[in-house]
Amino acid sequence: MIFLSNLVNGISLGSIYAIIALGYTMVYGIAKMLNFAHGDVIMVGAYIIFCGAQYWGLPAPVAVLLAMLVCTVLGMTIEKLAYKPLRQATGLAVLITAIGMSYLLQNTALLIWGANPKVFPSPFSTDALHLFGGELVIKPETLITILANVVIMIALSLFISRTKMGKAMRCVSEDRGAAELMGINVNRTISVTFAIGSALAAIAGLLLCSSYPMLQPTTGSMPGIKAFTAAVFGGIGSIPGAMLGGVLLGIIEILGKAYISTELGDAIVFAVLIVVLLVRPTGLLGKPVREKV
Amino acid sequence: MSESPKLPLLKVNGLHVYYGAIHAIKGISLEVNEGEIVTLIGANGAGKSTTLNTIAGLLKPRQGTVAFGGMPVGGTGASKMVYKGLSLCPEGRRIFQQMTVKENLEMGSFSRPKDELESSMAQVYGFFPRLKEREKQIAGTLSGGEQQMLAMGRALMSKPRLMMLDEPSMGLAPILVEQIFEIIREMNRAGTTILLVEQNAQMALSIANRAYVMETGRITMEGNARELMNDDNVRKAYLGS
Ligand SMILES: Nc1ncnc2c1ncn2[C@@H]1O[C@H](COP(=O)(O)OP(=O)(O)O)[C@@H](O)[C@H]1O
Ligand SMILES: [Mg+2]
Repeated sequence: MIFLSNLVNGISLGSIYAIIALGYTMVYGIAKMLNFAHGDVIMVGAYIIFCGAQYWGLPAPVAVLLAMLVCTVLGMTIEKLAYKPLRQATGLAVLITAIGMSYLLQNTALLIWGANPKVFPSPFSTDALHLFGGELVIKPETLITILANVVIMIALSLFISRTKMGKAMRCVSEDRGAAELMGINVNRTISVTFAIGSALAAIAGLLLCSSYPMLQPTTGSMPGIKAFTAAVFGGIGSIPGAMLGGVLLGIIEILGKAYISTELGDAIVFAVLIVVLLVRPTGLLGKPVREKV
Repeated sequence: MSESPKLPLLKVNGLHVYYGAIHAIKGISLEVNEGEIVTLIGANGAGKSTTLNTIAGLLKPRQGTVAFGGMPVGGTGASKMVYKGLSLCPEGRRIFQQMTVKENLEMGSFSRPKDELESSMAQVYGFFPRLKEREKQIAGTLSGGEQQMLAMGRALMSKPRLMMLDEPSMGLAPILVEQIFEIIREMNRAGTTILLVEQNAQMALSIANRAYVMETGRITMEGNARELMNDDNVRKAYLGS
């Protein structure tokens, strides 16, 4: 029963990684860059929800919508001001800019909200689920996190495969020049990608802080790195890969902490990543790189 | 009653294009009139693709002008050019490998109103019945010839006034080359003006009305395609006789 409980918690934590990983993987697939500030957008989203609920007296759903809006605007602004001017620059210049942007967001949060951790109130007030005569207790946030992940995955897959914007994203991801020749506005497509990733980051902020209620300016940093790992693990650029990588990573982390070593939990996660990449350099669901002729 | 002189559909004037410090196009001028097939031939590295990519808006010229349909279009990005009626079928095909044949064609009509999709698709399948059979196949798994057909079909989906084709015969068996050129001729008869870049000068000159010969970034000869085919210099340099 303890194992089952750990497994459920692993899937839940992994679902959070998966939702964050989507932001990394979509931006990587379409804009061909690693947006290392993505984790910090989660933190900003969580602070907006916190302030909305604690200080501004907003009902929880309104606070969440507000956070999504703020994060969307933030993500699009970061892209426009910091990354778009570097579209022709080397990958290294973009990477350093992204790392700088990450610190800028953390330090700005430090300035506004201070270093003291805030206790994030869980907006999910329903009772815990008691199964097997009370032996397996599942908290509402755990369940909602898993459900949210499933809903987001289905919605995003439909968006990518059915809508005009979704198809444009796939084209830009495959061949930016050819996409332009079709009449696709590449800049706008990249901007929308950042918007979607950042809105999802706000949701990830909500789910993360509901399960782990300590909120501080560095809150998004470690989950961001792990979600990035999950994206690479699943195959960067692949949406189902982000889902699979995220959930597996969450399970490995929780089970590793429970059965191997609490202290080494994170090290185990990265060890598994390294082994997987040695065997499959493009990740679990990544497309093998084809040589361009 | 004085007749106003007919404007060419495409007019390129004194174009210079650089890749960093490399001066790839050194002041070329050319024209394509409505209804024509014009070919641009020349050896590998002469600057043919650079010329087409610049006209299509993928590259920015440092100097010179491009006018399409009588309007200057210099500096217009590639994604806007297709809305003006200009379509490029690029070198190396560049179809969307991970999408199906049908999805590729749909993307070709991205710039067009949705209600045209059916009829455009039917027109493309008319030219390329093979694509209809392969509708659901992932484009990356098509043969080279089929991929070329798909690239041409996709370019046609935007209903261009001018279609530019960059080496459609590249890497294809002779029988397929003949087929592709026959289709280019048919597309032209159906009303699309063609600017064709080729290394296969023999084939290109045989279907074109007029031709330009390019060497290291400059146009060195131009004229009636039939006459160029019989020109001694052209025969020596490009027709191997
Ligand atoms: N991306 C590029 N960067 C630098 N030089 C290039 C690039 N593309 C083409 N060139 C150079 O520009 C010249 C013209 O190339 P291109 O237009 O591709 O010729 P063609 O299509 O006639 O074979 C060549 O010397 C080529 O090496
Ligand atoms: Mg070329």
